[in-house]
Amino acid sequence: MARLNLMLLAVLVACALSVVTSQHNARKLYVELQKEQAIAKQLEVEWGQLQLEQSTWAMHSRIEKIASGRLMMRVPPAARVQVVAPESTQ
Amino acid sequence: MNPRAPAMTLDMPGWRSRTLLVMLLLGFGVLIARAVYLQGLNNDFLQKKGDARYGRVIELSATRGMITDRNREPLAISTPVESVWASPADVDISAEKMKRLSRLLELDAGEIKKRLAGSARDFVYLKRHLPPEQAAKIVELNIPGISLQREYRRYYPGSEYFAHLIGFTDIDGQGQEALELAFDAQLAGKPGSRRVIKDRLGRIVEDVESVRQPQEGRDLALSVDAKIQYLAYRELKNAVEVHRAKAGGIVVLDAQTGEVLAMANLPSYNPNNRGKLEPRRTRNRAVTDLFEPGSTLKPFTVAAALESGKYKPETVIQTGSGKLVIGSATVHDAHPDGALTVAQVIQKSSNVGAAKIALSMAAEQMWDIFSKVGFGTQPRSGFPGEVSGKLRAYASWRPIEQATMAYGHGLSLSLLQLARAYLIFAGDGEIMPVTLTKLETPPVSTRVISAETALQVRRMLEMVVQPGGTAPRAQITGYRVAGKTGTAHKLDGASYAPNKYVSSFIGFAPASAPRLIVAVMIDEPGAGQYYGGAVAAPVFSSVMAGALRLLGVKPDAPLNNVVLPPPDAPEVREEV
Repeated sequence: MARLNLMLLAVLVACALSVVTSQHNARKLYVELQKEQAIAKQLEVEWGQLQLEQSTWAMHSRIEKIASGRLMMRVPPAARVQVVAPESTQ
Repeated sequence: MNPRAPAMTLDMPGWRSRTLLVMLLLGFGVLIARAVYLQGLNNDFLQKKGDARYGRVIELSATRGMITDRNREPLAISTPVESVWASPADVDISAEKMKRLSRLLELDAGEIKKRLAGSARDFVYLKRHLPPEQAAKIVELNIPGISLQREYRRYYPGSEYFAHLIGFTDIDGQGQEALELAFDAQLAGKPGSRRVIKDRLGRIVEDVESVRQPQEGRDLALSVDAKIQYLAYRELKNAVEVHRAKAGGIVVLDAQTGEVLAMANLPSYNPNNRGKLEPRRTRNRAVTDLFEPGSTLKPFTVAAALESGKYKPETVIQTGSGKLVIGSATVHDAHPDGALTVAQVIQKSSNVGAAKIALSMAAEQMWDIFSKVGFGTQPRSGFPGEVSGKLRAYASWRPIEQATMAYGHGLSLSLLQLARAYLIFAGDGEIMPVTLTKLETPPVSTRVISAETALQVRRMLEMVVQPGGTAPRAQITGYRVAGKTGTAHKLDGASYAPNKYVSSFIGFAPASAPRLIVAVMIDEPGAGQYYGGAVAAPVFSSVMAGALRLLGVKPDAPLNNVVLPPPDAPEVREEV
């Protein structure tokens, strides 16, 4: 009886210690997760800013100004445009 | 007595050991009672203190969703900025740091001091919405009592091109105008919060529970095509400037789905810089302003006549000397045309012709088609502040009113309503709801007129842009075009102003299988010309031509289809 009790006590102590260790590990991993999530959020913000930048550079008015002013481009007259219908509709 | 331990033998009275035992037990009892009291009965206080030391509730902000056009091009994006706030009681700042702070904030040192001193509150904003890099420098100054708060600022890359459609948010990120207001709930999301445990270093080590689950704002995809919108705005602006008009509006609809592909107004404003914003500039006139449409309404009168079975396109109507007396009033045509067919009434835009047709019908027949195409009811596009227009019940129509309504006077509507009503001619007599958001499923349409009537009116509207019609300048190389001009005196109080006009043109193309409807309205052109065919039709033509090209619509006419009347031919002017 006493031996069984001693054994159970040892198991109990082992369990208690492993609870502590795993709790500690969980917290460490959670800190990691937090860091990664912060990075993800940061990247999302950056993505938004880049999108904003892209759409500002690619504004139609700006493109048109550069195309017609600096690059001397013109819209082709209708006579020089040929519309090709997609295969499926023919 | 035990002989083996004589030295230890002391003669003690038995009560002493018992007393000691009782006292020890009592001591333990007190400890146990205290432990039970602290752990079990009265643990709230300690629990609270413990939580206060390591537990934190952190706020999780929700980012406002993007607004994009139909091709996912961003039109409104939120990006984080920092706001600088102070807790005046805790602020401890040296003169030298104050100088640097005032330079970073671009605020007067005196102004900063005033804000810090003048407020009894323990929270005062010093400056809101600073770029993150600038805010980082303020943190480096390390001034006690001054902290940052992350907020979001909304940017509008479409600036004035999309201003009326998208609107803007206030400094706290709440939708204030237009679609930002209409879809605020969807875009805003809901901020949440959760309880966490922080360690000695301030790192979050455990997530205890989430108090409120945050909900990110959802993106909103509009039905608008950014390229067409830009084109429409540019052409409209050009026309408003050339004709020195007070205002103008344009609506481009997809003739097959009722989606709004572009909607622009002038004057406009830049939503990114709203320093001095006049309220008149923020109105989306195409949706919120009423006007008397004038002749653009004649096709509906004619459609009602054709539906009644009494008229055919080639039925002849005597317009006589261009005068029609109804009671005490007279309907005028400035250019008497004599006998006109129904089709020519549309082509030449004869008021007398339209009035005669109207008077031969019951008021209910006209009212029926007007109300079915949505005059007098809100178009329910979801846009805030849209108007329903005025269409009185037919029982109260007097004959003169019925006659003037036939050519678009005595009732009012918005440009969006008018554009939507033309869906019945562009389609096969069916109308559908207009929408500002991109459709995923085809819309439900309701029949207003028969497909045959729609086709007949379409043929008449094609004649309008041909020589002999009122708008030869609406023609487009390579595409068949159909449309109608409108020139109306503006109501000035109770009577019509003699020299103020609203010029409009509304049409669709390609006429063989309509893809787009474009409605143009120019308010008070002030440079001499005011006929819809001269002021609004060229805008229609260039926007339609550009949009068809952008969408890759196959031409349905040879390239030499544009036939302008000879220069010496008299200009066909519609009746005003």
